[in-house]
Amino acid sequence: MTGFELFPPPSLWQNWLSFWRFEDMNLLWVLMGSILLGMSASVIGGFAFLRKRALIGDALAHAALPGVMMAFLLFQTRDPLVIFIGALCSSFIGFFLIDWLPKNTKLKADAALAITLSFFFALGLMLLSFIQGLEVSNKSGLDKILFGQAAAMTDGDIKLLGYVTIFVLITVVLFFQKFRLIAFNQSYARTIGIAVNRYELLLALLIVMSVVVGLQLVGVVLMAAVLLTPMAAARFWSNQLATILIIASLLGGFSAIISTQISYLAPAMPTGPWMVVSLSILFILSLLFAPQKGLLKRYFDYQNLRQKVAEENILRTLYKLLERKDFKDKPFTLADIQSFRNMPSHCLQNTLKLLEKKGFAQRTFQGITLTPEGFEKATQLTRRHRLWESYLNEQADLSPEQVHQHAERIEHILTEAQETQLQQELSNSLHDPHGNQIPRKAEPTSVERGGEKI
Amino acid sequence: MSKNSADKNSSPPLPFAPLSVSNLSMRYHHKPVLTDVSFTVPEGKTIAIVGPNGAGKSTLLKGVMGLEPILDGEVQFFGEPLTNKRLAIAYVPQREEIDWDFPINVFDVVLMGRHGQLKLWQRPSQMDKEIAKQALQDLKMWDFKDRQISELSGGQQQRVFLARALAQKASLYLMDEPFAGVDVSTEKAIIELFKALKAQGKTIICVHHDLNTVGEYFDWIIFINARLVAAGPVETVLTKENLNKTYGGRLSLLNDLTETMYRTQLNRAHDDD
Amino acid sequence: MSNDIWILATASLVAAACALVGVFLILRRQALMGDAISHSVLLGLVLAYLITDSRALPIMLGGAVIIGLLTAWLSDTLSRIGKVQSDASIGIVFTFFFAIGVILVSLYAGQIDLDQECVLYGEIAFIPFDTLHIGGGENLEDGFEIGPRAFWAIAVVFVIVLISIIITFNRLQTVAFHPNLALSLGVNIVFWHYFLMTLVSMTTVASFDAVGAILVVALLVIPASSAYLIAKSLKTMLWLAVGYSQASVAIGYTVAYQLDSSISASIAVSSGVLLFLTVASLQVQKQRKRAANNV
Repeated sequence: MTGFELFPPPSLWQNWLSFWRFEDMNLLWVLMGSILLGMSASVIGGFAFLRKRALIGDALAHAALPGVMMAFLLFQTRDPLVIFIGALCSSFIGFFLIDWLPKNTKLKADAALAITLSFFFALGLMLLSFIQGLEVSNKSGLDKILFGQAAAMTDGDIKLLGYVTIFVLITVVLFFQKFRLIAFNQSYARTIGIAVNRYELLLALLIVMSVVVGLQLVGVVLMAAVLLTPMAAARFWSNQLATILIIASLLGGFSAIISTQISYLAPAMPTGPWMVVSLSILFILSLLFAPQKGLLKRYFDYQNLRQKVAEENILRTLYKLLERKDFKDKPFTLADIQSFRNMPSHCLQNTLKLLEKKGFAQRTFQGITLTPEGFEKATQLTRRHRLWESYLNEQADLSPEQVHQHAERIEHILTEAQETQLQQELSNSLHDPHGNQIPRKAEPTSVERGGEKI
Repeated sequence: MSKNSADKNSSPPLPFAPLSVSNLSMRYHHKPVLTDVSFTVPEGKTIAIVGPNGAGKSTLLKGVMGLEPILDGEVQFFGEPLTNKRLAIAYVPQREEIDWDFPINVFDVVLMGRHGQLKLWQRPSQMDKEIAKQALQDLKMWDFKDRQISELSGGQQQRVFLARALAQKASLYLMDEPFAGVDVSTEKAIIELFKALKAQGKTIICVHHDLNTVGEYFDWIIFINARLVAAGPVETVLTKENLNKTYGGRLSLLNDLTETMYRTQLNRAHDDD
Repeated sequence: MSNDIWILATASLVAAACALVGVFLILRRQALMGDAISHSVLLGLVLAYLITDSRALPIMLGGAVIIGLLTAWLSDTLSRIGKVQSDASIGIVFTFFFAIGVILVSLYAGQIDLDQECVLYGEIAFIPFDTLHIGGGENLEDGFEIGPRAFWAIAVVFVIVLISIIITFNRLQTVAFHPNLALSLGVNIVFWHYFLMTLVSMTTVASFDAVGAILVVALLVIPASSAYLIAKSLKTMLWLAVGYSQASVAIGYTVAYQLDSSISASIAVSSGVLLFLTVASLQVQKQRKRAANNV
């Protein structure tokens, strides 16, 4: 059995360098194998995730243990293929059980998972302790399967790992369209004639194979994370399934590199936990920082929206103030604005500053005025607001106060198309429910634009 | 306007309405489900909440009972907030909510209705058991008292839940689609129950799905389609115009925009001003 | 006292406590949360020890409860605010905590007397040798030996669980059966949810020494599931679950003795076998009924 050799470490740095110089070919193979595992497990786990069976990898990994032990007991060998097939068999039995129990008994799906997981694992442990009590050769190291140990992998192990993971990846690519359809809308798939059951079986086989083949590297207990976390993290980066799966596989591969590296530097430590920790960190980073769906982005979007709402409200207030003075261009003070709209002074100052920056308002010593662009925008906003109020009043049986409150909010998102539709629906009325005039929708003309009219 | 005042035509001014809702707004997963709903319910009548699917009827009931969060608005029972009046209110949920595999028999389910009166460590008393028994007898389910609930038919299950509500000895009953999917004899039993409760001066509010029977079974109707369309006695309110407004989709532009509004978190942004 | 007696007594208490708590997990469909917490408490144990340098029972329980509640809360928050599927949230949180726990154990292996395998499946055969002493002050040997640490740990937890369930029985029943009804009656169901999670945390950590993480899951879920299949009331279900768990202990211990294998694994396997026998006999009954109806 050849694990990879650990050079007597002069220092951690030296070790790290020698890792990347690939002075140990065996190391290179282990690295390749674990990258492939990371990639294939993430991808196939993605489909499990989509079918709302995120933790099935957990159950299947635990279910594989008795198979490993039985294979060893029966055939007295550590041949990777034999062990693999043994694990596959017992994992499949577990899969079947998880499906069968909720369909035929009172037991629910979550209970079925937990029962299968713990029972098979216990059975495996029982066999393991039985084996350890026996006088047989070759039995040491079987327990490495609990947490994974990259250093314990043989050539044969790695070859098998490579074949299986490549097989899984190729199959997913080949059948991607079908898998996606089935994951999304099974009944529809059936109606257009797809042999859903066959593909389900194939998918199950792929999941079980990926789980079983990864046990040596990641261990029984933590295999679930390798199937689940990459997909959950990748979800934050895209809405297209193909892209998500690619990102998931990259995350899986990357965490494999990190964990193999650490395993090399500290061979006494199990590999599995490091893979899980790096995946979890990648997940947290995705959760926080992903460009569209990350929490940080959502927070900033919200702040921007608040700002926009504040600006538009002030613009409308200025319009109202102007209206009362018959549009004679007179500067207004903060107090004027605050008489119409309740906003704390420092907020008001900030908003006015922003409006000034955008060219909608001007602040002088005498006070605040609207620029021509600002006036146009304010007119548009007021028109929408009042149109909407009329619509609500006519169509929705609300009190004027309720109408006003509602319009206050909607005006920020009405589009031009909707505005036109509103105008048509309202039989082109001239006044809003409060009796204020609805500014006509000007084609690009406004009183202030040097009087150019069309 | 019948929305904002009690029914002044038939009875002298009531001390406090069983249920009074003002400006209620609710949201579900960022979609606005109810906006600005206000109405007051008269005492001692049967009231139906009616509207198309997804209009927010069940949500209204759940919001009022504190089972779902309320975005905005005020709810009063007999002039006071829910927490002070829990013992006066009985809630009958939709049947789908329940885990019918739970190990429990009919009698124990009904006994649960007495729970609200009990402290943490108290056991139901002899009187509680008598009340439960009476409730089961009223709904003609006493013979089933030892049956597992998994063995009951749809109508029987409904009757068990009604018995539980009855055992609570409340003044106001809120029921979510009690007539859905029940057989004829259960339907009759429910109508009998309504009559008996009304005779005792109790008020019953139901989410009801069947327009054909609403005029027959109920005194009052509240039309809901994401907002209040109309509320009042059947004779006044059950009109073509109201039916159109509720089911007719004229308010679609309004509902679409309100939805966009919530999706872009506009309300929160606006109010934080 | 003979070692065998201590072992059996500890195993019985572990099985009974897990069965009681497990009943509520099954009824509320929170079996996977039980799985998650029983893994996460490893981290709690390790951190508690590393921070306080003590293996006193209250510290252990405290660390476990904190991490257990944190697991439940994080899973829930991740699913609500992070918009991750609920079962995925549970999986991500507990595998992360467990991985950190395993890393810490292997880093500080010298200081903590846990090793990785022990964590997983404990070794109940060793517990008689780790005994508690009262009195004697500095010199442990002078004190009065009152039995294995593990035994007292689980005994205390068992009593807590039993009393809690007895006192709050009606409440727990309503909350388990119909949370919305409870809510409409003014019950704080969030509190009761975390109350249950606290009991789960305490039970799993107290069982750790004896049976390890994975097997705790078996004892939480399997006897209660067997009871679920045939019980007609909550009270019966609780009794049956405990009954099944004790039978599992008896059978498991005997088999392990014969085969010279891990006692705790054997107990878990026995509970599974009893479950499958129950399922099988129910299936046979169903077939017979069907045949009778078809005649």
